[in-house]
Amino acid sequence: MIKKLSKYIAEYKKYVYLVPILVFLDVLCELSMPLLMARIVDLGIPGKDVSYITRIGIYMILLALGAILFGVLNMYFTTKVSMGFGANLRNALFEKVQAFSFNNIDRFSTASLITRLTNDVNNVQMTLMMALRLLLRAPMMLVIAFILAYNINAELSIVLAIAIPLLALGIILIIKTAVKLFTTMQEKVDAVNNTLQENLIGIRVVKSFVRAGFEIEKFKKSNDDLTEAGIRAVNIAILNLPLMMLVMNGATLAIIWLGGQMVFFGTLGAGELVSFLSYIFQILFSVMMISMVILMSARAEASGKRLVEVLDTQIDITDKPLALPESSEQPSTPMQVQRGKVEFRDVAFKYDRAGSGENVLCGINFTVQPGEVVGIVGGTGTGKTTLVNLIPRLYDVSEGVVLVDDVDVRDYPLETLREQIGVVLQKNTLFSGTIRENLMWGNPDATQEEIETACRDAQAHDFITSFPKGYDTELGQGGVNISGGQKQRLTIARAMLKKPKILILDDSTSAVDSGTEAKIRASFYQNLSQTTVFIIAQRISSVREADKIIVLDDGNIVGMGTHAELIASNRIYQEINASQQEGVLANV
Amino acid sequence: MSEKNRSDNQPAFPGPRGGGHGPGGRQHGYERPKNAKRTLLRLLQYLSNRKLTLVIVVLMMFVGSGSMLAGNYFLKPMINDYILPGDFNGLLNALIALAAIYLVGAGATYLQSRLMIQTAQRTGNRIRQELFNKMQNLPLKYFDTHTHGDLMSRYTNDIDNIQQALEQSLVQLVSSVLTFGGSVIMMLVLSPALFVVTMGVLGLMFFLSTKIASQSRKYFQAQQKNLGSLNGYVEEMVDGLKVVKVFTHEDETIEEFKGRNEDYREAATQANFFAGIVMPIIFNLNNVSYAATAMFGGILAVNGSFDIGSLAAYLSYTRQVGHPVMQITNQFNAILSAMAGAERVFEMMDQQPEVDEGTVTLVGVNKNEDGSLMISSNGARPSHWAWQVPQPDGTMQLVELCGDVRFHDVDFGYEPEKKVLCNLSLFAKPGQKIAFVGSTGAGKTTITNLINRFYDVDEGKITYDGINVKDISKYHLRLSLGMVLQDTHLFTGTIMDNIRYGRLDATDEECIAAAKQVNAHSFIKRLPDGYQTHITADGANLSQGQRQLLAIARAAVADPPVMILDEATSSIDTRTERLIEKGMDALMKDRTVFVIAHRLSTVRNSNAILVLENGEIIERGDHADLLEQKGRYYQLYTGQYVLS
Repeated sequence: MIKKLSKYIAEYKKYVYLVPILVFLDVLCELSMPLLMARIVDLGIPGKDVSYITRIGIYMILLALGAILFGVLNMYFTTKVSMGFGANLRNALFEKVQAFSFNNIDRFSTASLITRLTNDVNNVQMTLMMALRLLLRAPMMLVIAFILAYNINAELSIVLAIAIPLLALGIILIIKTAVKLFTTMQEKVDAVNNTLQENLIGIRVVKSFVRAGFEIEKFKKSNDDLTEAGIRAVNIAILNLPLMMLVMNGATLAIIWLGGQMVFFGTLGAGELVSFLSYIFQILFSVMMISMVILMSARAEASGKRLVEVLDTQIDITDKPLALPESSEQPSTPMQVQRGKVEFRDVAFKYDRAGSGENVLCGINFTVQPGEVVGIVGGTGTGKTTLVNLIPRLYDVSEGVVLVDDVDVRDYPLETLREQIGVVLQKNTLFSGTIRENLMWGNPDATQEEIETACRDAQAHDFITSFPKGYDTELGQGGVNISGGQKQRLTIARAMLKKPKILILDDSTSAVDSGTEAKIRASFYQNLSQTTVFIIAQRISSVREADKIIVLDDGNIVGMGTHAELIASNRIYQEINASQQEGVLANV
Repeated sequence: MSEKNRSDNQPAFPGPRGGGHGPGGRQHGYERPKNAKRTLLRLLQYLSNRKLTLVIVVLMMFVGSGSMLAGNYFLKPMINDYILPGDFNGLLNALIALAAIYLVGAGATYLQSRLMIQTAQRTGNRIRQELFNKMQNLPLKYFDTHTHGDLMSRYTNDIDNIQQALEQSLVQLVSSVLTFGGSVIMMLVLSPALFVVTMGVLGLMFFLSTKIASQSRKYFQAQQKNLGSLNGYVEEMVDGLKVVKVFTHEDETIEEFKGRNEDYREAATQANFFAGIVMPIIFNLNNVSYAATAMFGGILAVNGSFDIGSLAAYLSYTRQVGHPVMQITNQFNAILSAMAGAERVFEMMDQQPEVDEGTVTLVGVNKNEDGSLMISSNGARPSHWAWQVPQPDGTMQLVELCGDVRFHDVDFGYEPEKKVLCNLSLFAKPGQKIAFVGSTGAGKTTITNLINRFYDVDEGKITYDGINVKDISKYHLRLSLGMVLQDTHLFTGTIMDNIRYGRLDATDEECIAAAKQVNAHSFIKRLPDGYQTHITADGANLSQGQRQLLAIARAAVADPPVMILDEATSSIDTRTERLIEKGMDALMKDRTVFVIAHRLSTVRNSNAILVLENGEIIERGDHADLLEQKGRYYQLYTGQYVLS
């Protein structure tokens, strides 16, 4: 994992080498202080040498100022590296996600992708910063302080040799137990949040069934669970501090006892004893720091894994590798969708390509001539959406072949193919920005005239101009400030503005009333005679005039023909029609 | 489809989602409470029943800091009186005494943390529970005007911060003050002359740390703003990823993202740099003070006015005094930020709850042969329901619950200046099926929301079996009304649990019977674990239609005398709808039913169809009547008129 992520730090490599040097100098400055202090006490004071004391004192002050310089420099490079790394990683993830196929998108949930791109990147980035600040510093401190202490007195350092592993062991035990307890606690946190979320989303249900008492009980249980788990976990975690204090103080006492005798017998200076004591603190504190960083990186590890999972995702829909230059007979005529003929040959499809999942579509065969309007009807879950998604290669067929203008869709460059196909998805999204900006997604160079024509065709012009700011009306995120029907008409206009050769409407007029819908439909026949149109619809009235209607049931085509033909002969079509014969009142 | 009609039951609220903070939460330590004193007093009230604990905690903090200070002071007599003269017996005794002091100190620290954790966690628990209880009583208006993200973050970020502040910041602040004060006193005692030197550096430290902190706060605000914009963009683009792909807009999107990412990187680098240099600067200034002390102390010792033991002790205080300085600023900020969070929590707690002045209650009754009513006393489900109306003389009158609902000249608007319903009167006789037809915003859902008092009328009144709904206790009023809403919401748990949500004491058999009644049984049976199938994340593993069937089953098991179906079958395709029609008919039999639907097939066989326009009823009658009238309904039905 570290290897995979480390490439995003590459451009900062020189800093990464610089940081340890700075840390080393910083640590050295800091650790020299007690040694110099010992000189003052052991040499300067007994020798009554004021100039020596002053000199050493000034050295010490300079060292401290030097440490400030190195520390600040280190911080400068550390933040530069870690924030730069975070930015690189974020860019890479975002680009990767943008390259995802629909299949890839389906596998991760939207919420999970968002958390990965926000929280998880942040975790990893912060951990890197901590690591650069502490993970290098603490072990260096530990090693150098130990060497210096050993140099002062080898015998006394035996005390340290006992104290260090003792403390490390204790902390590891505590952390191990605590991590387990914290994991349990996190589960309880999730449970509490889940109850909260459900109550916020379903507040109308809770209120209409007067279940406040029930929900309060439910919440109380998860809340109490959380508190108990929290107390249990934190109670263990706080053992760290007393443990550290006990070990440190124990070591201090032992050193004073042993060292005190040495001082009396003259094998150790009093100043040296005091400096030794200050190394104890630095060494044991480093041990604690190291264990903390390890604990922290365990959390970042989980985030890192989730990021690598995104980065490692195999994009399953890509351009066909370009044909080798020598084998290409007619070079460099970019393939284009010219007419909009669509043909399905023995197409079968299942979402779970590797597994034994059931076929969503099976044995699909049909041909649509350029400019035809095709209606697709069938119950929910019969494969209507899947079928049209195969045309712009939002998914790839499992068997058979989909041809556009007699060329396998997999032979087109993806961008070329999709540029000529307009799709209005069932769950369609508008983005924050003005109405105009949203429409221009269809064509960034569209003139006002073109925009208005598309909007008139989609029956959106009138309501847009009824807004005080017209086409420059700001839409909230997801288009929250306009109605469902208006949203659908905007998304249709956006797709029409693309002037595609093939236009696919996936149940995209469900919130538009039937009269308006009829007008939109009329514009397909009048103004889009050059465009092949696929309309998926719930209502028979939406597809009545289509040149061809495909009836799907359970992933199979069970009928194909005009309305008149199907109404005469197709049982399922008759059933659907019968269920709707009273007509439909639509909302706008 | 799920977006449709959203605006019918709640005003549209444009604006940022989740308060714009995005994942990552509010930055710790950079927020200020509006009224610190009042908030603090209110927070302290939560601790008032733990006075004894707090007294012990403070005591323990004194013991803990004291033992540390004493431990350092011991260096002086040990070096001067025992080590240098070579009194090892004395040294041993002193060490044993010191060991005892250290042990007591460690014990006190541990005890203090344990007590504080209990206190903090229990207090957090209490605030969370109080907030949740309060939330259940808030009117829907409150939920309309606040985003889920905003409300959630009060539970997660804000209460967590309060808990953290109690658990750590408060204790550390107090103990830092104690350690700092104690060290200063001890240094003064050891050498007033040296203290002048130390003071100089300490002052500089204080000055610098506040200076850098305020600088860094500015950068952190910039960082948060950029992070919000970046995360907002991620949210929007990942959510709309399929659209991005369909329009081959990947490159533009990536370009925009890179720009925002770069802005964030710059701001974050600055913010973290300033936050990060505080520690090395303060720490090493502390070392400067240590060096200066060693130097001047050495000179003093040469003059003979200072001894080595005192110097050693003094130096160890110098080492300790820097840490509290930093802690005091940090923890103080953390506490202020927690208080800002507490203000948001209290703001929610102080909201006006749903008013419920109703005194009329629902009781199960049995009908005597002469038609009089008797409150049923045995545990079995009664044959009839009745309203128990308190009379002025203190007696109770029983009124049989029939399901007669009438609107008398009702006016209503979600906002005072915008009327949604005007002078609306209507009646539904017991057992009638009333359908509402009209365009979005005509007020269909609003009417049903007034019956169950999700909102209260501005003018006029609504009666239920002749009783003003305002006089009926909300609990009992809603108990008597079954609701199937546009957006079905299921809860985490099994299918069985979700059906039983309609009536908590329903047996498994009753739940299955309800599912069979609405034709949900067949699809449930086909699920891997049948009725025990676990539903997650608002029923994400079920289709929209299946979820709606479950919501209908949930209402069926409640078996209420009046039922409100708001677009209950909109997500079910017409063929499936036909299949459940029988079940729905059975469900509606002998009940007063209000139906909102846009399919004529659902509306056609109603006793009365009300056509609404701009908050007014413009036509009323049954299907045949209305067709005969050749009015708006006729136009709608024949497709001559378009709703807009």
